[in-house]
Amino acid sequence: MSASVLFDAPGPKTVARHRIYSVISLVALLALVAFGVWKMYDAGQLEYALWEPFVTPDYVQYILVDGLLETLKMAFFSIIFAVVFGLVFGVAKLSDHGWVRWPAWLVVEFFRAVPVLLLMIFTFFLLAIGDGPLTSFWCVVIALTLYNGSVLAEVFRAGINAVPQGQGEAAYAIGMRKSQVMTSVLLPQGVKIMLPTIISQMVVALKDTSLGYYILAPGLTAVGKPIYQEFGNQVQTTIVITALYVVVNLILTWIATIVQKRLVGEKNPLELSRVGNLDGGRNV
Amino acid sequence: MDAVFSNFDEYLKAFGLTIGLFVVSGIASLVLGTILAVFRVGPVSVLNKAAAVYVTLFRNTPLLMIFIFIFIAMPVLGYNFKFVEGIEIGGWNVSAFFFRACLALTLYTSAFVCEAMRSGVNAVPLGQAEAGRAIGLTFAQSMNLVILPQAARAVIPPMTSVLIALAKNTSVAAAFGLAEATATMRGFTNNNADQRIGIFVAFAIGYIIVVEVISLSSYLVERKVRVAR
Repeated sequence: MSASVLFDAPGPKTVARHRIYSVISLVALLALVAFGVWKMYDAGQLEYALWEPFVTPDYVQYILVDGLLETLKMAFFSIIFAVVFGLVFGVAKLSDHGWVRWPAWLVVEFFRAVPVLLLMIFTFFLLAIGDGPLTSFWCVVIALTLYNGSVLAEVFRAGINAVPQGQGEAAYAIGMRKSQVMTSVLLPQGVKIMLPTIISQMVVALKDTSLGYYILAPGLTAVGKPIYQEFGNQVQTTIVITALYVVVNLILTWIATIVQKRLVGEKNPLELSRVGNLDGGRNV
Repeated sequence: MDAVFSNFDEYLKAFGLTIGLFVVSGIASLVLGTILAVFRVGPVSVLNKAAAVYVTLFRNTPLLMIFIFIFIAMPVLGYNFKFVEGIEIGGWNVSAFFFRACLALTLYTSAFVCEAMRSGVNAVPLGQAEAGRAIGLTFAQSMNLVILPQAARAVIPPMTSVLIALAKNTSVAAAFGLAEATATMRGFTNNNADQRIGIFVAFAIGYIIVVEVISLSSYLVERKVRVAR
């Protein structure tokens, strides 16, 4: 039997047919790529002058230092704060006291349902514009903290719930207090399960830093504009900056996979979508 | 909140555009994502790899960069999508802005739709197909009666997450000149800076309603098709 539920193991005839399909689709894909390249060539977009800024040390430094570094800094701060936020609210959602649990639920659900960009604009108008105390850099960090923190709160809650029940019961049985059970039994084991999901969430945070474009925050999306305004190389700038994002995200995903293999083994990671789910309002 | 209530028709129009973006790009990305998923799980290895590359590329690219590519870079290559301006659907003129925003959202979301579909297919244990063939069902029967019904049920929760994310992602169109909810919120706040908290809450509630309607309808569908095991 084949390894897929969708089709049987192919016989010799089917193998031959698949070979023909492969050739046809390969030709079609190559034609598509060739058309793209030809279109670029036709529009004069492959000329060296338009790509030159990206091999000029000054501009490379500008992109990497003012762009990539700022983006990474924003992502770094927001993920650190989001972990703290998520830890507090995730544990609060597991509280035995209704007056702690319900407000925490409300906060988490609110920030998960509101678009990050809306949050960013709000924090920008509230804290940065005019003579506000913060720069737009920190507005991006705050908005991303609130959103990713709420997602992580769910991750923490699910991760703590994923620790086998006997662990908590055993801890209570040997006389530990509630806070001791949480901090010295449930959380340490839960973190192991959650870590890959937390790293995947970093990819989301990194991607969302690009939204700072709308509130004039620094970062990769912001450094593109002056470059293409000076050289008129919109296509090239977009390609280079997108490539930078993709490479950084792939590195993060790769780290998440390694951590997953080391800590959790071949088991499935936590079943939480990378894209902020609400799951019909139910508790998973 | 005064500013919102005195301009309530503008508020509704803004969310109308948000929902329009959501519906059009949602349907388009379901179609494109399904095609990609067919390639992704199908037996032809070239298409399989091509779909995998597409998914990896678009899942790791910020949506904003796709918007920038379509709104700023594509016109340089000679694609400004002005040809849609003449089309009229139900007395409503399609604008090039709307078309381009939907294109960007579709390209981005279809990668996630593809992954959701694939996870649905992967959720069906191999033993189900084997058991179906063992009791003498033909291939088509085992597909229609055993595999696809189970896969369709498993797809609903991840697909809901994708659609909710899409509804929230329509807000990115605000940065590119579409007067949808987020852009309107910015405009309101600009004009009435003293009411910024009320305006934010009003628009946030609008988004929460959109999101809750999606997740509630998914919950109802899921409950309707649920099978006791």
